[in-house]
Amino acid sequence: MIIKHSLKTAFKGITTHKSRSALTILGIVVGVTAIILVMSLGEGAQNLILNQVQSIGAKTIAVVPGRQPKGPTDIIATFADSLKDRDLDLLQRKENVPHLEKIMPVVFGGETASREGETYRPNILGVTGLASKIYDIYPEEGRMFTDDEIRGNADVVVIGSRVKEELFGIDYALNQKIKIKDKNFKIIGLLPKKGQFSFLNFDEVALMPYTTAQRYIFGIKYFHRLVVEADTEENVPITVEDIKKTLRESHNITDPSKDDFFVETQAEALETVSTITNTLTMFLASVAAISLVVGGIGIMNIMLVSVTERTREIGLRKAIGATGRNILSQFLIEAIVLTASGGIIGITLGAGLAFLISMVLTRLVGLDWTFTFPVSAAILGLGVSTAVGLVFGLYPARQASLKDPIEALRYE
Amino acid sequence: MPLIELKDVIKTYHTDGVDTPALSGVSFSVKSGEFVAVMGASGSGKSTLLHILGFLDRHTGGEYLFDGKTIDDYSEKDLARARNEKMGFVFQSFNLLPRLTVFDNVKLPLLYSSVKESRWDGMVTKAVKSVGLEHRTNYESSRLSGGEKQRVAIARALINDPQVIFADEPTGNLDSKSGQTIMEILQKMNEGDGRTIILITHETYTAEHATRIIRLHDGKIESDIAVDHRLKAKDHFKK
Repeated sequence: MIIKHSLKTAFKGITTHKSRSALTILGIVVGVTAIILVMSLGEGAQNLILNQVQSIGAKTIAVVPGRQPKGPTDIIATFADSLKDRDLDLLQRKENVPHLEKIMPVVFGGETASREGETYRPNILGVTGLASKIYDIYPEEGRMFTDDEIRGNADVVVIGSRVKEELFGIDYALNQKIKIKDKNFKIIGLLPKKGQFSFLNFDEVALMPYTTAQRYIFGIKYFHRLVVEADTEENVPITVEDIKKTLRESHNITDPSKDDFFVETQAEALETVSTITNTLTMFLASVAAISLVVGGIGIMNIMLVSVTERTREIGLRKAIGATGRNILSQFLIEAIVLTASGGIIGITLGAGLAFLISMVLTRLVGLDWTFTFPVSAAILGLGVSTAVGLVFGLYPARQASLKDPIEALRYE
Repeated sequence: MPLIELKDVIKTYHTDGVDTPALSGVSFSVKSGEFVAVMGASGSGKSTLLHILGFLDRHTGGEYLFDGKTIDDYSEKDLARARNEKMGFVFQSFNLLPRLTVFDNVKLPLLYSSVKESRWDGMVTKAVKSVGLEHRTNYESSRLSGGEKQRVAIARALINDPQVIFADEPTGNLDSKSGQTIMEILQKMNEGDGRTIILITHETYTAEHATRIIRLHDGKIESDIAVDHRLKAKDHFKK
């Protein structure tokens, strides 16, 4: 009954002092809004990245030359040329890696392409026809290169939509020639507009047989990466082990800590991405949480003013039978009502802003962004704002409960 | 057995190491149903006496028995409970909560009582009616006149059917006509319902509405006499 009455009094107080209440809870509103916004966007970003990483396929394994970086100062460049044709041959043998289904060497780098005075610098990606399946990228016109073309170092190229626009404008591009590093390439395929995928923008690439890229573009005899697909998801770990064993034998390595290559699986990549985005989100959210403390101090300040203003009321309530505990709970409830309303407004505002941003990202930027209402963050926001009311309301409420009824009644 | 019994009650305030006596040995008793006016100049100790009688403050010497029980045995919680159930207070400055309606103001003591919530509305309606303000039940108390405010305060004091009403200069802030109405209600509560009333005032005219007048001077009782010709408040109130 007292709680009901206290709630009623609290709401009446808030509506009577509208602007004061609004200013008081502003800190809480801003804090909770920021937390909800950060957590919602963090979750959205994580989903976006995870979806893309996942679409590469859970059966995919990447073999990367060099030593696995252990920290930010550890440079991957050491042994960057450790994966060669010989390794590719060995890995393709059934007796070495029985569960290997497919393997694709990858070389990449930037190089200028030109056509009739127009130039553009696409990312050259030397791959095989398997790239279509692995990156989910199929030419909308023309075709991917064949195995024969790979074996023959054919001068063929499949270009992204931006590359086509930059070099050809609205002209017809299929079967036309472009010049990359003083060599003519025939365009055999055009990729659809796809945008950013994982860490690559496929609108800005030129795909060609890896053999061609190795020989004519980069002048190297090694691979930047070997992408392997295992036959089933369950066989990924054993395939990883087989790959390691084969490559160690090939490279005469007995001590695994001296590996000149490392193997990445989707599971690890997912974990890494999750860890990074989670850490970032938590960091940003805790920065936002600081404003809640500032907001709490604002609440405490205004509650102290309110206690002083209502000294006579406190005296009267005590005179007609209220105990110190009754007064304490009344003022605590008022503080909590203030902060919790701030929390609710903040949750609404934060979710609304996150929704707007997701709309902008989907419609205008073209990302495959999904808006997520962070339920856990909403509960957290409400919980934290209530706790702020409890913590910062306690001191003023205690001051109120300790007031001597006679002094309080005499107060002018 | 008297309702209130004071035996050589002393109250000394200690501030900054200085002792200031407010009551220096006050003894009297009040029987149930009496209407006692306590008079005295400011500083005579009459407010201090009221606070001690009303369980708002504790005496520092002597003994105070309420309803046969010494106040020394009461805990703070017991005192709050007794103030809620056995006493009603009427103040010079009304002390209503301005944003609450008349109804909610009168209901206030029930919040701190053990009375079942289902009975509250009936009790409030009855108390509001007993001071003739049923037409103002849903008014915000800040919109009432001074006299009406004091009548709400009396209804609030009556709500828990207390044994005694303490009225501290209840007419002090009112014009004479409103003051008359208040005195009339107090007399009616005393004569009609047999309720004990302790009235603090500095006006002889107001005090003469009581059945007995205790005069304080410098913390001591100067005189304690029955009123011979009790004044009857004019009946503004009856319809």
